[in-house]
Amino acid sequence: MTSTKEIRKVILASSLGTLIEWYDFYIFGSLATVIASQFFPKTDPTAALLSTLGTFAAGFVVRPFGALVFGRIGDLIGRKYTFLLTLILMGTSTFAIGLIPGYDSIGFAAPIIILLLRLVQGLALGGEYGGAATYVAEHAPPGRRGYFTSWIQTTATLGLFVSLAVILLTRHLLDPDPEVSIQKFNAWGWRIPFLVSIILVIVSVYIRLRMKESPLFARLKSEGKTSRNPIRESFAQRANLKLVLLALFGATMGQGVVWYTGQFYAQTFIENACKIDFDQSRTILIWAILFATPFFIVFGGWSDRAGRKRIMLIGMLLAIATYRLLFGTLLQISDTGHRKELVQQKEVTTTLNPVAGQSYALRARTSISRFDDGLLLRETTRDTLFLPDGRASLKADTRSSKVLPASGYWKMVGIVFIMILYVTMVYGPIAAFLVELFPTRIRYTSMSLPYHIGNGVFGGLTPFIATLLTTIYVGDKLVGLYYPILIAGLSLIVGLLYIRPTVERDPLNESLAVD
Amino acid sequence: MNSVRRFLGLVWILLGPAALYYLVSTAVREISHKPFTETKVQWIVFIGVSLPIAAGLVLFGYYALRGEYDRDRA
Repeated sequence: MTSTKEIRKVILASSLGTLIEWYDFYIFGSLATVIASQFFPKTDPTAALLSTLGTFAAGFVVRPFGALVFGRIGDLIGRKYTFLLTLILMGTSTFAIGLIPGYDSIGFAAPIIILLLRLVQGLALGGEYGGAATYVAEHAPPGRRGYFTSWIQTTATLGLFVSLAVILLTRHLLDPDPEVSIQKFNAWGWRIPFLVSIILVIVSVYIRLRMKESPLFARLKSEGKTSRNPIRESFAQRANLKLVLLALFGATMGQGVVWYTGQFYAQTFIENACKIDFDQSRTILIWAILFATPFFIVFGGWSDRAGRKRIMLIGMLLAIATYRLLFGTLLQISDTGHRKELVQQKEVTTTLNPVAGQSYALRARTSISRFDDGLLLRETTRDTLFLPDGRASLKADTRSSKVLPASGYWKMVGIVFIMILYVTMVYGPIAAFLVELFPTRIRYTSMSLPYHIGNGVFGGLTPFIATLLTTIYVGDKLVGLYYPILIAGLSLIVGLLYIRPTVERDPLNESLAVD
Repeated sequence: MNSVRRFLGLVWILLGPAALYYLVSTAVREISHKPFTETKVQWIVFIGVSLPIAAGLVLFGYYALRGEYDRDRA
């Protein structure tokens, strides 16, 4: 049995690497707008197409594919070298993204290279999680797997936290003047978060190299009992395929939408529907993550006693029951309708920039309104003005952003905290649940695919489908929530009816895959 | 409860093609509304990924209908 000191090392080696992989994956998503302007100019339709492919293919296609490729290698060769390989692939591709010259310098080669590197990132992420979760679980003593694997479960959220923090810090530290700092960040500073990743990767590779192979897999290998064809055994043998389908529809599908709603759609909603400004919408998420992260350990550890199924399904149920209320409260907190505007303090500035050689000018009108409780509303309207007759043409582009007073800000932190608490309930125990569902010889392959379809496809689609629904049914700003509510509801029914409680299963049962 | 599990198997079998139909009809509507290459590519990716998932749901329903997820079975 692995000693406590040794298992701490195992957790550190696994979690640090997985955290870095999530960080690497998220910074690309968080900096998508800057990257698009550098590599995928909208004036070039092929570059724009490559951008779309990079956004959608990396998350939805390549992640499950990476789960199959690296899951197979992990079940054939071993966990240690496989998740070492995924870490190196992720680290080098992320570092390389930070080095690639922009479209202006090397033209069409730039978006192609970036697309390929993004696909490598998706592939590596698909292989990493299953390896780390399996590696830790196979070291953990029976009855403590929920607790020990929950450390791996913190990494996805902490990876997002670190990526947001590094981006915000870099964005504000490049120059004493905030405006100039943001300009520098958009020009070249965005590369820093990609480049610093390599230092973290080197440290993590060094730590992982010193680790031994998982004891369960090493024993299987020494006895010559490893699988010869893990993909066929996982998905062509009925007994195991049944478990893969059950894991997907009864657990990871619902967990994926709860996760993406709490951590990603919430931020999109706060920024786009509530119109909260860039920095506040991100720091709200940062605080909520910071307060909620310890609960991954709480619920992971608790699942060792109360059962994985119960905690995950209660998390889904709470999310289904309260999402509309929580998101509705976010709208209410940012609503200016019930506030009193301090009209005498309103500031309006208009700038007119004539275009050389043309009979029109670009007009920008900025108004700053203050409200009695301290809320600040900035609205900027841009349009084109024909100089001879002073007539405005084209539809004016109006953007608004609000800065919340402290009370509203912390209320929003509290609401997002509740949503991430649901994430900790559904996500904290899931690694232990998945590793205990499949036998050692095909565990890496079998658990990785439902995990990445549940999270990458069902979860990853959440912001897109939710936003799409709001454009179809424009009258209801909360209509986007029907997607996660419906998917989590289906998963809840399947999980409740078909998944057997942990106590009825023999954890790490070796007989389940035998048809 | 086993009879509920089996009956719902039929629901899962029907839900797979129904979800796919909804997805394809939404894709057709969205592409005709915004006939850009990006829109087409993203919907092709979604439908391509959803096909095996819908097939998986049908298979899951089939197993449930046959009683393979019944509680008294191993």
